[in-house]
Amino acid sequence: MTVSYNFAYLDEQSKKMIRRAILKALAIPGFQVPFGGREMPLPYGWGTGGIQLTASVIGPDDQLKVIDQGSDDTVNAISIKHFFQKTAGIAITEDTETATLIQTRHRIPETPLKKGQILVFQVPIPEPLQFIEPKRPQTLKMHGYEEYGSMHVKLYEDIARFGRIATAFDYPVRVHHRYLMSPSPIPKYDNPKLHRSPAVLLFGAGREKRIYAIPPYTDVVSLDFEDYPFELEHWEGACAVCGSTQSFLDEIITDDNGTRVLICSDTEFCRKNAGSSQP
Amino acid sequence: MYVAVKGGEKAVKHSQRLVTKKRRGDTRVPEISPDQIKHQLGLGLDRVMAEGSLYDETAAAKAIQQAQGDLTEAVFLVRAFRTTLKRFGTSRPVDTTEMTAFRRVSGIYKDIPGGQILGPTYDYTHRLIETGPAPDENGTGPDQPMPSLPDKLPRVMDLLIKQGLISDAPSALSPEPGRETEEDLTRQPLTFPVSRTLRLQALARGDEGFLLGSAYSLQRGFGLDRHPFLGELKVGVATVCFTPPELGFEIRIGRIRLTECVMVSRQDDAHGRAAGFDTGYGLVFGQNERKAMSMSLLDRSLSDTDKNADADTDKAAYPAQDPEFILSHCDSVESSGFVQHLKLPHYVDFQSELVFIRSRGNDQAPTKGEDG
Repeated sequence: MTVSYNFAYLDEQSKKMIRRAILKALAIPGFQVPFGGREMPLPYGWGTGGIQLTASVIGPDDQLKVIDQGSDDTVNAISIKHFFQKTAGIAITEDTETATLIQTRHRIPETPLKKGQILVFQVPIPEPLQFIEPKRPQTLKMHGYEEYGSMHVKLYEDIARFGRIATAFDYPVRVHHRYLMSPSPIPKYDNPKLHRSPAVLLFGAGREKRIYAIPPYTDVVSLDFEDYPFELEHWEGACAVCGSTQSFLDEIITDDNGTRVLICSDTEFCRKNAGSSQP
Repeated sequence: MYVAVKGGEKAVKHSQRLVTKKRRGDTRVPEISPDQIKHQLGLGLDRVMAEGSLYDETAAAKAIQQAQGDLTEAVFLVRAFRTTLKRFGTSRPVDTTEMTAFRRVSGIYKDIPGGQILGPTYDYTHRLIETGPAPDENGTGPDQPMPSLPDKLPRVMDLLIKQGLISDAPSALSPEPGRETEEDLTRQPLTFPVSRTLRLQALARGDEGFLLGSAYSLQRGFGLDRHPFLGELKVGVATVCFTPPELGFEIRIGRIRLTECVMVSRQDDAHGRAAGFDTGYGLVFGQNERKAMSMSLLDRSLSDTDKNADADTDKAAYPAQDPEFILSHCDSVESSGFVQHLKLPHYVDFQSELVFIRSRGNDQAPTKGEDG
């Protein structure tokens, strides 16, 4: 049993099939395109959709950055980087500015993206209506008829109960004023970064075998109401490492009494910021 | 000042080293070989080949060893290998009447043409853990020699069809022309409504435990209102034939073990159809009767739902009647991955929830500031 693998693991036929799906997804922003997802040597739920997208668009000259929860150094980000180093001999970077291709799970980097960059999202549940209507034939119809009232009702019920919208991550958006889309489980803090982003935004759901996309400079609007506008999380305090008040902060528990410090979730941004403010 | 946690890379390397060590176990105990797994853990091997959708005994044996006997993990290894293999063509559908059956039972007729063949089965063993030396396989058998196995056996299903007892002859035995080669679940996404071809493909590679539990729920009244019957269950070896385009004539490319099952249950006259028996079909790599029988029961209950869909009463009352519920959730590689992905970090999403909960006035512990 001798085995040899193609550049970036997937065979060229499969990559071509996935690139066709990407083109279709870019042509219909926010629409979930079914594709013949392949089994990958990493488990479903670990980013197989994102890995297939990355494998299909990556070239030998690309600079790849992989983050998980904003960090370059979490175990899954490391594992995915190893995968592409091993199968494609690709150059790895942590620098958001010089990366040509960024694969992410649950965050968008704080450093603004630029024209020419591709951001690949790992998506667990591509259907934004899944928890309202789990049956796929039904949600297909709802998208077809642009019947999104039930999602507004859900948000309204939050307001009635809590006085505000309670969705904290995977906050639904409308893309190009048409399709309702799941931005993947990014915190709603990151939603505004999707709006008219100069980068190509690709979303891959491996287990559910669907791809969707947002082309550059596309309107992406988070759902809200006139009297209850979309609002972002905010923190009382700043990052304990770099002092930033302009980034998503994680809480770190530092002792048994539950004392907490706040730290930037985006480790690369934090390091750069700390370097410039504390020379 | 707080220093952010680092070291993911090192941890991953150490973890991989530990797995290798753990897999080998105590080095004073001799290492097993894939050959031993192939010959002595054959039923486990069969399960891995069936759910891995790849009839490759060597790959399956190596996978079982590499996964420390975790069969679901072994299935995953086989699948990830299978997905890289080139498809060089489509074989002629296997004719299961020409299987060399080493086991064949029917629960509906006492005597069937070709006879009942008990073969190797645990069904009539007493489940006592054997102590002392392993029994001699040539030892305590009956005095009479075993009769030789027939090369050809008629299908019990065909006997029922000839008598006009099957209310709708199933499409698996009279395949929709041209379709069966086009549709391949491993190359296309599962979309609903789903054809029978894809449904049978999904069930054939589905998780044995999930199918078993779902079929059991039908029997307990969560979807079946009648006792089903085992028309025929057959385990044997079939020859796979293929015509390479460059040769232009058919060659035999191998022999595979298969388990085939047909379940029948009474169907009363309704919707303009005569009374008779409805059937469900199961076909699995290797010897796996539990899986083939569960598959047949589910094939039947899911086709009921399809039929009712035409009659515009498409509400499946129970999970095991709902094609989307069963087929979207029966794959062990998919379900195992998604359930276990909860082990991955979710710090950011959890943080978003924390921010919401704190905004609801639940905040007791102090937060240290920038210089904390």
